[in-house]
Amino acid sequence: MATMNSNPAKTERQISLPFSQAFKIALRNITIRLGRAMITGAGTMLGIAFLMSVFTSAAIQQAKGIEIQVEQQQKNTWLVVMSLMVSVVGITNAMLMSVTERYKEIGTIKCLGALDNFIIKLFLIESALLGFFGSLIGSVLGMGFMLLTGVGVLGTINWPGLLLQMLMCIAIGTTLSVVAAIPPAMQAAKMQPADAMRTEI
Amino acid sequence: MASDQTEAVGDVMGAQVITGGNGGGNGAGAPEAASNGVETDYSGQESVVRVRGVTRTYDIGGTSVHALRGVDIDIKRGEYISIMGPSGSGKSTLFNMVGGLDKPTDGTVFIDEVDIAQLDAFELAWMRCRKIGYIFQSYNLIPVMTALENITLPMIFAGRDLDYQMEKGRKLMEAVGIAHRMHNKPSQLSGGQQQRVAIARALANDPAIILADEPTGNLDQKTGMEIIELLKRLNRESGVTIITATHDDKMLDVSDRIVWISDGKIARIKNRNEVDITLGTVEGEV
Repeated sequence: MATMNSNPAKTERQISLPFSQAFKIALRNITIRLGRAMITGAGTMLGIAFLMSVFTSAAIQQAKGIEIQVEQQQKNTWLVVMSLMVSVVGITNAMLMSVTERYKEIGTIKCLGALDNFIIKLFLIESALLGFFGSLIGSVLGMGFMLLTGVGVLGTINWPGLLLQMLMCIAIGTTLSVVAAIPPAMQAAKMQPADAMRTEI
Repeated sequence: MASDQTEAVGDVMGAQVITGGNGGGNGAGAPEAASNGVETDYSGQESVVRVRGVTRTYDIGGTSVHALRGVDIDIKRGEYISIMGPSGSGKSTLFNMVGGLDKPTDGTVFIDEVDIAQLDAFELAWMRCRKIGYIFQSYNLIPVMTALENITLPMIFAGRDLDYQMEKGRKLMEAVGIAHRMHNKPSQLSGGQQQRVAIARALANDPAIILADEPTGNLDQKTGMEIIELLKRLNRESGVTIITATHDDKMLDVSDRIVWISDGKIARIKNRNEVDITLGTVEGEV
């Protein structure tokens, strides 16, 4: 039994997927299937747009000096949570379809020596990217449309607070997107290399 | 600089790295192949794959399917061996077994003197990355990557740095003859070119074994012949063991040994020179 402490030997014993490489591959996967990616991202975008519009509306009402009723707040919270859940389900569905379509690719990558967690990493990074850009666009759109109703009070809106909420929205959107991708990613990771040999689904 | 995703291989595989090395195909005893490999004597050569009493049973919906019913075979280092068998004979199952893609229900499979049933997921992945190269009937290239990137992907998993990847990738592309198409995506390449990329990819980490599942299945006669000649040349020059599952007579023609499998058992194994193969041609064929 040999002890392997020297660096060249250490290289011989590892399998790794550096984050930069995984990032590159995930980005490629998105850009090559841009249409599908946009639909998946649209789910996040709409949910986050709604969330941001609720925040913006609250900020405008504050600027106008209108008191927000507790009931109204509760109703808003309920609506937002529901809409975000719908987004998450949509993302999970879209990614599951993507995994099923790419069974051969996944099997092949495993034949090349990929570990299960490489596959998970690739899908989660892909979903995080979609979530991030979807949330970014969504929060800008949500804020923009809602601001149209508060044109008169643009000067007195609490901008720092609003922008902080926008960052929160982007963070929420990205996180939800990653969470939504976990079931499909786990399914992909379980695929067997021998699946790459099969010629039918 | 090691990324924090690297993990150490167990001692089982560690011993292999010392003794087997990455140039597995160039081990001692690689034969000086004759022009058609017919006169090569494999006796006394080490086996790269040993299959002992392997059975594989699937339980599907209450019934047992006995895909393999006790198979014994030794595959020698540097050999070019073809496995033939009708559909349902267990050919694919045996093929998956010797390629480390499946574990036997009973019996043992030794790849490079390592019992694959003892390997955990990480060690199996390591073996697939470093010891075995796979070639598929439908090429199975990653569509979003260029030819060069497809070839260097196994090197990324093996932790090689970028310079090494580019240098080796270029060399491999020249060896298989698609250097001029290195930045094309698979959709921009013909079937034959894609298969060449796949062969280069299979060789990326200098494996001991190349496992080829019907490599000429989707190719026309002429392109198929080019691929067969390429594989034979690689077998001769680098001594890499080639195991194929095939129906193609032209592939059998260049094999050193042919294995027939039927109904879960090996029906017979013959050296190429003991088998009469007549290749046909069609009038007007290029």
